[in-house]
Amino acid sequence: MLRQHGDESAHSTLDVLWVLYDRILRYDPKNPRSEDRDRFVLSKGHGPEALYAILAAKGFFPIASLKTFMAWESILGSHPDRNQVPGIEASTGSLGHGLSMAVGMALALRLKKSERRVFALIGDGECNEGSIWEAILLAGSRQLSNLTCIAMNNHSSSLELGDLAAKFAAFGGLPRRSMAAHMHKSMRHSREEMTHARWLLSQRSNSELSISLSAEGKMKT
Amino acid sequence: MNMRQQMVKTLEELMACDERLVVVLAVISYSLFNQTTSAFAKRILNLGIMEQTMVSVAAGIAMEGFIPVVHSITPFLVERPFEQIKDDFCYQQLSGKFISTGASYDYSTEGMTHHGSGDVQILRSLPGMQIVVPGTPGEFDALLRESYANGANTYFRLNVQSNPREYPVRFGKLAVLKRGKQATVIAVGPMLAAVLPAVENMDVTLLYCTTVAPFDGETLRETSQSSNIVLVEPYYGGALTPDIWAALQQSPIRIEAIGVPHQLLTHYGTPRQHDEAIGLTPQGIRCRIEAFLA
Repeated sequence: MLRQHGDESAHSTLDVLWVLYDRILRYDPKNPRSEDRDRFVLSKGHGPEALYAILAAKGFFPIASLKTFMAWESILGSHPDRNQVPGIEASTGSLGHGLSMAVGMALALRLKKSERRVFALIGDGECNEGSIWEAILLAGSRQLSNLTCIAMNNHSSSLELGDLAAKFAAFGGLPRRSMAAHMHKSMRHSREEMTHARWLLSQRSNSELSISLSAEGKMKT
Repeated sequence: MNMRQQMVKTLEELMACDERLVVVLAVISYSLFNQTTSAFAKRILNLGIMEQTMVSVAAGIAMEGFIPVVHSITPFLVERPFEQIKDDFCYQQLSGKFISTGASYDYSTEGMTHHGSGDVQILRSLPGMQIVVPGTPGEFDALLRESYANGANTYFRLNVQSNPREYPVRFGKLAVLKRGKQATVIAVGPMLAAVLPAVENMDVTLLYCTTVAPFDGETLRETSQSSNIVLVEPYYGGALTPDIWAALQQSPIRIEAIGVPHQLLTHYGTPRQHDEAIGLTPQGIRCRIEAFLA
């Protein structure tokens, strides 16, 4: 396995992705574009191995596909492609696009009067991109209660970001830490479930669990 | 009515009968739309001055089955969020309609930050991107109605000035306005106003092009009776030369590409003054053609 710049990204996102796909998101792996699904966007696009492993574990595509990662005929590249990988909502990789696309999905779901939700995962490095802050400003001003943005802060940004939660709050979203508790509870569970994807799990980094942002107008505890 | 006013009229008419259409704006032109009373007001989204996010948000809206129409002044629609158009629409194989206002030096008094002479060359680099350059508001109306639901990404280049006469144009088709033997002249969109008088009494074929991409090489091949090709474009000149080479590769040809010169335009004044300074006038174009054919 080639080591990529995304490896640390994959390790840092594993827990939060497992909690999302195991406890929170509604989806049907046999009908990945079902209207009645929650949407998840890996905004930063880097390190999609964790997401691939979880999508495979949940039945979106065969686990055997994981072994083809980055090979010529693989559907799995080191940035995800929505037109090739069942369960991938957005082709990301260029930082700062995914959260804005998630805002667009949330606005569109609202137009459709859908009750489904949109989740986007961004990284602290990605938070150097101006378009992330455009999207947060917009999500806050539109009171997008159907959008949840999860920011992984594993201090990979070379630019000191300071108190990320305070920055999100200042831009109009309310910081929420409630998911962290869910995550810790499920971590052991996730390790057991994911052994068939051990190519990824062999080295977990000690990334700090994230703060998460909800752009909801009102907070529930 | 100018092209921008026509855009608002046509989009409002289309939105009233097609619930898939969503207009996504970054302030520019928002005040021209009927924002409160109409049934489709919720589908006009003015996001604020954030063009990168405007394009990505539109892509997210397209993912949910809508047809987003994105609009701004040319450099803020094409150049600033170019990567969002490339990645979020083209690479993801989504469909959006991109309508600019202020072509080349239309905003002559605003300086080069507000000029848009490079848009067509830039967008031609995107696989599958369709580029429409109408010459009148009515032609824009017809071309938008014909292509808005075609599932592709389409760029409409709206000009402040319009041609004095309107032609029945079809998306993806060259219109044959005149047949002759000395040269084949291709006039793109609003250049027709200057080209028509420029080629008066000349023995040339005159083709009127309102769809730059995909280019109608077939009509060019069928109608061209000369190895001399004159291309007159309202943006940086020469964008269509690869398409002309490809269409006429069986025969040796010469191309005279007339358009906005690839240089900094530091004057203000009026668009007309810019036309005169760079020779995009009937006299200037006729001189170039005569010299080319001499």
